[in-house]
Amino acid sequence: MSTQRIKPAVSMADIAPELQRLRRRGFLRSALSLGALTMLTGCDLSTHSGIDAALEAMLRFDDRVQATLFSRQRLAETYPASAITHPYRFNAYYAEWQVREVPDHWVLNVSGRVADRHPWTLPALMKLPQQSQITRHICIEGWSQIGQWSGVPLHAFLRRVGADLNARYVAFKCFDGYYTSIDMASALQPQTILALDFEQKPLAPQWGAPLRLRIPTKLGFKSAKNLEAIEVTNTYPGGFWENQGYDWFAGV
Amino acid sequence: MDRREPRRRPAHPVAIRVMHWIGVYAMGCMIFSGWEIYNASPSLPLLFPAWTGLGGWLGGALAWHLSAMWILFTDGIAYLLYGFASGHFRRDLQPPRPAELTHDILAALTFRLKHRIGHYNAVQRLLYAGVLIAIILQVLTGLSIWKPVQLGWLTGLFGGYPIARFIHLATMFAIVAFVLIHVAMVAIVPSTLKAMIVTVPSEIEENQ
Repeated sequence: MSTQRIKPAVSMADIAPELQRLRRRGFLRSALSLGALTMLTGCDLSTHSGIDAALEAMLRFDDRVQATLFSRQRLAETYPASAITHPYRFNAYYAEWQVREVPDHWVLNVSGRVADRHPWTLPALMKLPQQSQITRHICIEGWSQIGQWSGVPLHAFLRRVGADLNARYVAFKCFDGYYTSIDMASALQPQTILALDFEQKPLAPQWGAPLRLRIPTKLGFKSAKNLEAIEVTNTYPGGFWENQGYDWFAGV
Repeated sequence: MDRREPRRRPAHPVAIRVMHWIGVYAMGCMIFSGWEIYNASPSLPLLFPAWTGLGGWLGGALAWHLSAMWILFTDGIAYLLYGFASGHFRRDLQPPRPAELTHDILAALTFRLKHRIGHYNAVQRLLYAGVLIAIILQVLTGLSIWKPVQLGWLTGLFGGYPIARFIHLATMFAIVAFVLIHVAMVAIVPSTLKAMIVTVPSEIEENQ
């Protein structure tokens, strides 16, 4: 966790909440291009609220279908070490030079519907059972790559902290300003891990140091990097991209 | 009820016409939003012009794609059921015999191929059956890149996620190529457009 990278004065992470507030809710409103105009003659083009509402309702329907298709027993394909993608592609809502270093005295906070809320240090997490996987990371943009991660299975962690496993959501907050959430069924899938290592080395900052979620049954944007807090909740937590219009379930 | 032509059925039954235009709308949404999605991470050295995209950005395009797919899916299933149950496939979309196909292709290339409303020549049957197969392939590859883990067996059938994604792109080009030929043919014989909108008696002499 040595700090060699120079931190920018203003990073995307700093202004992200403002950017997001500006973009939120209007995402589908700005979605009407010429292609849309040709498809939608007769609709009220001054507000498009009907189109937005219809698309949002369809995404919620898609989420229900995805939850139905999902099985906790079904595993993502695993690959041999020879299949690992090199070089591995960096991806975030900001550029690689804006990656943040791990704060001093980093701990993982746990909150919500859990029995034990004490924060976790890195050495404490390292003492929990570990699991390694070589799986495909699929980006919502369509590209994909195969990587190797290891760390604490999330189901083991949730049981360790006495989480309410009947709660609906597990939410993740990151110190780079990112946040996301997943359904409990996906959180308990055996390949969903709190990764400490990437390619058998402790996570470097650009890969999500010191701790990230790695969930091969969802699109890449769900595998939140640079975690600082986990919350178990029944209140829909949303997410950085989800609030702008990516479908929430985002299962693969 | 025209006494002189008591046995003439419409060139296209009303069910076919309705499903055709619903399919046009759904396929249009799928293609234009698909171009926007492709542009987010192009796998070929080409981009679709931004103004052709549907959705405005990746999230909007996906919302369109994952919505219109249900219209296309429902319309397609209804069409397949109707096509088998009504005899439409058996009657109108028989695979052409090689000799018949060669004859009709040569005739088409020399602009001597006759077009009779309500009857498909060998070239039409080949193209229509071909685009139906392409659309079915497109739905299957689409499902396999939407759910490569939950429908992993299907993705595996296409050789894994990256190959399935590429087939999905290639099949889109095939469908667009069909649409271009199809629309060009309609422009040459505009009465076919009318027959796909209103009830027009077929011009067939056989089957009487």
